[in-house]
Amino acid sequence: MRITITITHKTGVLDPEAQAITTALNNLGYSEVKGVVTGKSITLDVDETDVSRATQKVAKMCETLLVNTIIEDYTISINKTKKTGKRNA
Amino acid sequence: MLNLKQADIAIVSFPGANCDRDIQVACHSITGKPPRLVWHKHAELGRPDLVILPGGFTFGDYLRQGAIAAHSPIMDEVREHAWRGGYILGICNGFQILLEMGLLEGVLLPNKHLRFICRDIAITAVSTDNPMLSDVAGMTLTLPIAHIAGNYFTDPDTLARLHDKEQIAFTYTHSPNPNGSLADIAGILSENKRILGLMPHPERKIDSIHGGGHAGGHSGRHSSGHGGRDGRVLLKSVIAAAI
Repeated sequence: MRITITITHKTGVLDPEAQAITTALNNLGYSEVKGVVTGKSITLDVDETDVSRATQKVAKMCETLLVNTIIEDYTISINKTKKTGKRNA
Repeated sequence: MLNLKQADIAIVSFPGANCDRDIQVACHSITGKPPRLVWHKHAELGRPDLVILPGGFTFGDYLRQGAIAAHSPIMDEVREHAWRGGYILGICNGFQILLEMGLLEGVLLPNKHLRFICRDIAITAVSTDNPMLSDVAGMTLTLPIAHIAGNYFTDPDTLARLHDKEQIAFTYTHSPNPNGSLADIAGILSENKRILGLMPHPERKIDSIHGGGHAGGHSGRHSSGHGGRDGRVLLKSVIAAAI
């Protein structure tokens, strides 16, 4: 099972990278860009077939290591097979 | 009189840490006894008086600064050492590791202007009621900083608590501070005042050959007047508290 974790800065936490990107886009003439949120995604290949069990385990991985929950939010999305689309869990 | 030579200091070495030998040399020159370097994969820490998490770029700063090192095998022992009331000093990346371990509160965000900063800076030891800083309490020290993520951040409740319990160890003396840190924080202590994390590098100011003098300081006492030795004064205070 392929699981993607998307990690973003919490609202209100200083994100200098996002500010720099916003300024750069505005300078390029894209004045309609009013805000940018940066983040990262981590994709795991997990040997697990049960979606809820997998989600639980990955949430634990996020809380333990992958995410600093003081400053970051995360979402977990699961692709059971490559043929089915994304499914938010 | 304290015999610093009896100090058992354990410095944890990680891949990518580049200040482990510097802090070893610094402590050796202060105590006359070389600290132990303990590889992060070791299961045994022993019973040191002081554990030091050195500066550097552990695991290439992957994921978040200090995040992976915080879960190295030896860290279970470091955590137990903390639970027993043991003394720990985390410098720069070591400070980031202590925060990721949850042994200190808050986070270090990327510097406000996204630049790596490497220069001498004046810091003031504002927490006066604790043994680790007893020799420097109220003093302004000049120490080098070298980091890209030293922008201290925490929620307002935690900040108020750190303030009330005198857990703010060091603040940058002059405004604006170099990295955007909340409340000008350069270093904090645990509630029991036995775990200290700070961004500046005391091990890089242990000899008058390091020169520098003071980066300024309009308030508080100064140290001996040899800016190049401010790190030595601080490290000696920390080691003396731990033994």
